[in-house]
Amino acid sequence: MTSTALRSRAWKLLEMVTTPLLPSDYLDLVSPLRAGADLRGRIEAVHPETGDAATIVIRPGRGWRGHTAGQYMRIGVDVNGVRLWRAYSITSPTNRQDGRVTITVKAIPDGKVSNHLVRRAKPGTLIQLDQPTGDFVLPQAKPAKVLYLTAGSGITPVMGMLRDIEFDDVVMVHCAPQPQDVIFRNELHDLVADKKLRLTEVHTDTDGMLDIARLDGLVPDWAERETWACGPAGLLDAAEEHWTEFGVQERLHTERFRPSIVVAGDGGEVTFSATGKTVDADGATPLLDVGEEAGVLMPSGCRMGICFGCVTPLKSGAVRDLRTGEITEAEPGVLIQTCVSAAAGPCDIER
Amino acid sequence: MTAIDPTAHLTAEQIEQLGRELDAIRDEVIADRGEKDAAYIRKVISAQRKLELVSRGVLLFSIFPPAWLLGTAGLSVAKIMDNMEIGHNILHGQWDWMRDPKIHSTTWEWDHVSPSEQWKHSHNELHHTYTNVIGKDNDLGYGIMRVDEDQRWHPFHLGQPLWNFLNACFFEYGIAAYDLELGKNLHKRRRKNPEFRARAKAVGRKIRKQVLKDYVIHPLLSGPSFLPTLAATFTANLVRNIWTHSVIMCGHFPEGVQVFERRSIRGETRGQWYLRQMMGSANISGSKAMHFMTGNLSHQIEHHLFPDLPSNRYAEVAVKVRALFEKYELEYVTGPLPKQVFSAWRKVFRLSLPNNKPKVKTPDREQELVAA
Ligand code: FES
Repeated sequence: MTSTALRSRAWKLLEMVTTPLLPSDYLDLVSPLRAGADLRGRIEAVHPETGDAATIVIRPGRGWRGHTAGQYMRIGVDVNGVRLWRAYSITSPTNRQDGRVTITVKAIPDGKVSNHLVRRAKPGTLIQLDQPTGDFVLPQAKPAKVLYLTAGSGITPVMGMLRDIEFDDVVMVHCAPQPQDVIFRNELHDLVADKKLRLTEVHTDTDGMLDIARLDGLVPDWAERETWACGPAGLLDAAEEHWTEFGVQERLHTERFRPSIVVAGDGGEVTFSATGKTVDADGATPLLDVGEEAGVLMPSGCRMGICFGCVTPLKSGAVRDLRTGEITEAEPGVLIQTCVSAAAGPCDIER
Repeated sequence: MTAIDPTAHLTAEQIEQLGRELDAIRDEVIADRGEKDAAYIRKVISAQRKLELVSRGVLLFSIFPPAWLLGTAGLSVAKIMDNMEIGHNILHGQWDWMRDPKIHSTTWEWDHVSPSEQWKHSHNELHHTYTNVIGKDNDLGYGIMRVDEDQRWHPFHLGQPLWNFLNACFFEYGIAAYDLELGKNLHKRRRKNPEFRARAKAVGRKIRKQVLKDYVIHPLLSGPSFLPTLAATFTANLVRNIWTHSVIMCGHFPEGVQVFERRSIRGETRGQWYLRQMMGSANISGSKAMHFMTGNLSHQIEHHLFPDLPSNRYAEVAVKVRALFEKYELEYVTGPLPKQVFSAWRKVFRLSLPNNKPKVKTPDREQELVAA
C-alpha cells in the first residue's frame, strides 16, 4: 500500500473514532492554524495609521498559499458574535520574512467590520481567511513607466505593490480629504525623499474632487504610463472614460471596492427552498441580507459582488442586479450572486 | 384534560395583549444578543469536547475500577451535554444568528442515532407547532402511550409503564424510530415508499457509525480494557438515555399541563398559540447546574414560547414570563425534578387503565372568534 493510501485509511479510522464529529473538530481545539485546518489567521497586532485607519497584522494558518502584490483576501470576523465576511487588500510585501500579512482598514461610517477592526480588534483573536485572489496585479514584464491613481482606502492594494516591487519611474496621484487622512503618508514621503516615487496629493477638502482633465497638468505623460487605479466608483468611471477617449484603455487597470447600488422597485416573496423558509423581500435589499435575516446559512464573502463567494442557484423567479439593474431569470444552472441581487418578483433560492 | 379550562377567564383581547407582551420579551433578547452569547456556546462546545476526550482517554485504562468509574461518569456527562445544551439547542437554530457554519442548525450532527435532519423535522416542525394537540403532536406519548384522559384507551396501554421504562433505557433508538414514524410506516405499502426507505437507510447508517464507535472501536483501542470500556460506553449511553427521557417527560407530561383538541387550534391567533405553549409545558426548578444539564429544557415553558432564543437566555426570560403568568392568573407548572418525574410517571400508570371520567372540552377557538 502506498503511504497516501495508508494515510487515508488511518484518517478513515480516526473519523470513526470521532464520529459524528471530525478529527479536525478536536484538533482545532489545540491547533487552529495547523496545516490541513480550515484556513484561519490570528491577529497579532493592530497599528493605527490615521484617525480612522489601522493596519492589522495577521499570522495566517499553515495552509496559506501567499499572495501577489495588489491582491485582496476575504476575512471572516466575529463582530458582536456574528460572523461577517469582508474583502481587504493586502498591504504587506510578498517577501515578508516573518510569514505574516497585513491588511489596512479604513473605518467607514456604519461599517460594522471596518469599525470593529480599526477600533476594537484585539491581538490574539482568531479570524477566518480565504486564499488571496484578485487580478488587480502587476504584470510579469516590468513596465517602463507607472502611474498609480488612488483615492482614500484605494491606496491599500497599491501600497502592497509599492512595497513589493521597485520601478524606475513611478508617479502616484492620491486623493484624500486632508493631509492627515492620507494613509501611509510618512512612508510615501520617505519614498519620495529617496527618489523612488513622485507623489501628488490631492486634498479634496481644499482642492475639490479630482477632475480627471487635470491629469494632463499633474502627470503630462499619463497616457504612456501603465496605470493602476483604485478608489470610489466616480473616479474610476471618469478614468475609464478618459483612457478610452484617448484610445489607451488597455493601459488602465482598475479595482472597484463597492458597487454603485441603484435602488430598484419590485421585490417579492423569496423562498429559500433548501431550508424551507419564505420571507418578503423588497427590491433594494440584497438577497444575502434577506436570507441571513431569516436565519438561512448563506455563503458570503466580499458582499460587494467581486468574490463569488455567495453564488447560489436561482431555482425560479427573477432577480435584479443591484449594480446594473440587469434582470436574471431562473434557468437550470443559473447561479446568482446573492450579495448584489435583489428580488425582482417572487423567487426561489436554493439555500 | 382538566375539568375546568384554566384560561376561561381571559378575553380574546387579553390573549392578544399577552401575545404582544411576549413578543416584546423576545425582541428584547434578540436586540441584546451578541458576543457574550457566542462566547457562551463556544465555551460549552469546547468544554464538552475536552470532557469527552479526557473521559475516553481515562477509559483506555478502565480495567482499573477507579478509572472505569471516572471515565464512565465523565462520558455520561459529555454525552448529556452533547445532546441537551448543545445538540438540541443548535438544531433549534438558536445559534444560527452567529453565521458560523460549524455551529449552525443546517450542519450540526449530534451524538445520537437519529440523524439531525430527521429529528429537526419531527421535533422542530411537528412537535413545536402542534404542541400538545392530540392526534397532531406525537410527542404526546410517542405513539406508544396514553397520556390524557381524552385519548381512547386500548388494552395495549396496560403495558405502558413497561413501554415507558424500556423507552427510557433505549431512548435514542426510540427517538430514531419515532422520527421515522416507524409505527405508521411499517405497514406493507408504506415500507416500500422510496422516501421512507431513504430515511430508514440514513438512520441505519447513523446507527452503524455510532455503534461502531462506542462498542467496537473505542473498546478495541483500549486493548486489555476492552470489556470494561464496552461496559462503560454502554452505561454512559444508558445514563444519558434515562436522563434525557426523564427531563423530556417533565416538559409536557406532569399533572397540570393541558392538552388540546385538534379543532381547538383551527384559526389560532398568535396570542392563542402562545397561550397554548404556556399551558402545554412544564418547568423543572433547580440550580444552575440542573438547568445546564437539562440543556435548559428545565425552562420548557420559555423554550416553547421562544424555541429559537439562545438557551443561556431562558433563565432571565423566565422571570418575565412568570410575571406574565401571574398577571394573567395562569398556573405556571414547575417543580423539582424528582417531583415532576414522579408526577409524569404517576400519570403513565394512571392512564394505563381506562377512565370513565366525563369528557370536558377545551374551548373551541374558532367558535370564540366567531362570537367575538
Ligand atoms: S459575497 Fe463576494 S461576490 Fe457576493
